[in-house]
Amino acid sequence: MSTWIDACAYDAIEEEDVIRFDHDGRTFAIYRSLSGDVFCTDGLCTHEQVHLADGLVLDDTIECPKHNGRFNYKTGAALRTPACVNLATYPARVNGDRIEVQI
Amino acid sequence: MALAESTYEKRDYSLTGPEADRAIERGLASAEWYHTDIPRKVMKGLMRRSDGPAIRDTVLWLGLMAVTATGGVLTWGTGWAVVFFAVYGVLYGSACDSRWHECGHGTAFKTEWMNDYVYLIASFMVLRNPVSWRWSHARHHTDTIIVGRDPEIAVMRPPDLARKALAFVGIPDVVQHFAILMRNAMGRFGPDERDYIPASEIPRAIVWARIFVAIHLGAVIVAFATWSILPLVLIGGPRIYGTWHMVLVGLLQHGGLAEDVLDHRLNSRSVHMNPVSRWIYWNMNYHVEHHMFPMVPYHALPALHELIKDDLPPANRSIPHAYGEMIRALIRQRHEPGYFIRRTLPPTARPYREDLHDAASVPRTPAA
Repeated sequence: MSTWIDACAYDAIEEEDVIRFDHDGRTFAIYRSLSGDVFCTDGLCTHEQVHLADGLVLDDTIECPKHNGRFNYKTGAALRTPACVNLATYPARVNGDRIEVQI
Repeated sequence: MALAESTYEKRDYSLTGPEADRAIERGLASAEWYHTDIPRKVMKGLMRRSDGPAIRDTVLWLGLMAVTATGGVLTWGTGWAVVFFAVYGVLYGSACDSRWHECGHGTAFKTEWMNDYVYLIASFMVLRNPVSWRWSHARHHTDTIIVGRDPEIAVMRPPDLARKALAFVGIPDVVQHFAILMRNAMGRFGPDERDYIPASEIPRAIVWARIFVAIHLGAVIVAFATWSILPLVLIGGPRIYGTWHMVLVGLLQHGGLAEDVLDHRLNSRSVHMNPVSRWIYWNMNYHVEHHMFPMVPYHALPALHELIKDDLPPANRSIPHAYGEMIRALIRQRHEPGYFIRRTLPPTARPYREDLHDAASVPRTPAA
């Protein structure tokens, strides 16, 4: 079982927003929803290698900044072409004033 | 503004020829592009979606089409019909392109089904397969004006100016596009199409091609049955007699500018336009801005332009001004295809990111 990794301060992400988190040679995207819950997915769009952290969070979706492909960041489901392949998701939690992810 | 010179070798603009391999070898495919720095909070504000502006514009668009089509039908055979259909034609045969474009990006409306429906209607009007062109345009944004990668390079070098002039009346564009739809309807896709359309999307592309072809053939049958050209003036015909505005503004997007660069300031053009053209074009006159930040909806592009204009070459001050610049370059490219317009950046701008693209990527070997 992977261990929980400290990713960033909870306040580092605004409500309904995303930031990039690089760890161990990989890149991830960490989200904070309107309700304050946190989520983690792979950081690059599955269509092309574009960082999703530059994209737009809208409700439960993240939109890729390059081609406007969309994913549900809670489930990883690809919702809109050109994104066709689902995103990998990872457990994320709030621990005090920090966000931790299990990757 | 200056014209940069380089010698040239004849290029293969197909997506499956040697230029495609060359683009990949040179790191020009799916590459990192230059972006003006914008604080995240500001960018979020610009990217924010809403239905209001696009609902207003779509109701106006379809409403004006209904009014002018009705007027044209009721006055058919009189001079008034010419006036009504002149307006209807541009609404159908030109405004369709910007609606197709923005709804294809999914940025016009906040509500996804609204984007999808308007995208389908506009795709029908502009005679584009709604499935394959979505993928084509994604590639255009990935590899903008990268030869061998971009399927939407409108002005290839050396430019055929007569052909570009005929495009203002839909020739041979309409014939080509309808032929593609017919081919797709029969399940046939060329190698370039297969290069950017995933195999899983082909069946959907066939279905939509059949629907679009069937509607157009239906209009032809009604025209014969009634022995009147009116059905074709209403359906399909505007793509010929009303397409001039789409071509007028569309050629300016990249015409005469650089190929094989990774900085949109070098290969795209922003032009200040009159309000009517901007409404028909849905603000795509801010084309550098759109390519740099395709997530920004059309209605926020003027604000984006104001925000980053100091980092961009000055926008052309009008359509005639932009044409003056572009036509001079295109005429020169007929004999010296290596020429392209390299615009001067304001002192406030960050330098062109020449380092992002291979300095050798502009062809330099004289033609044999």
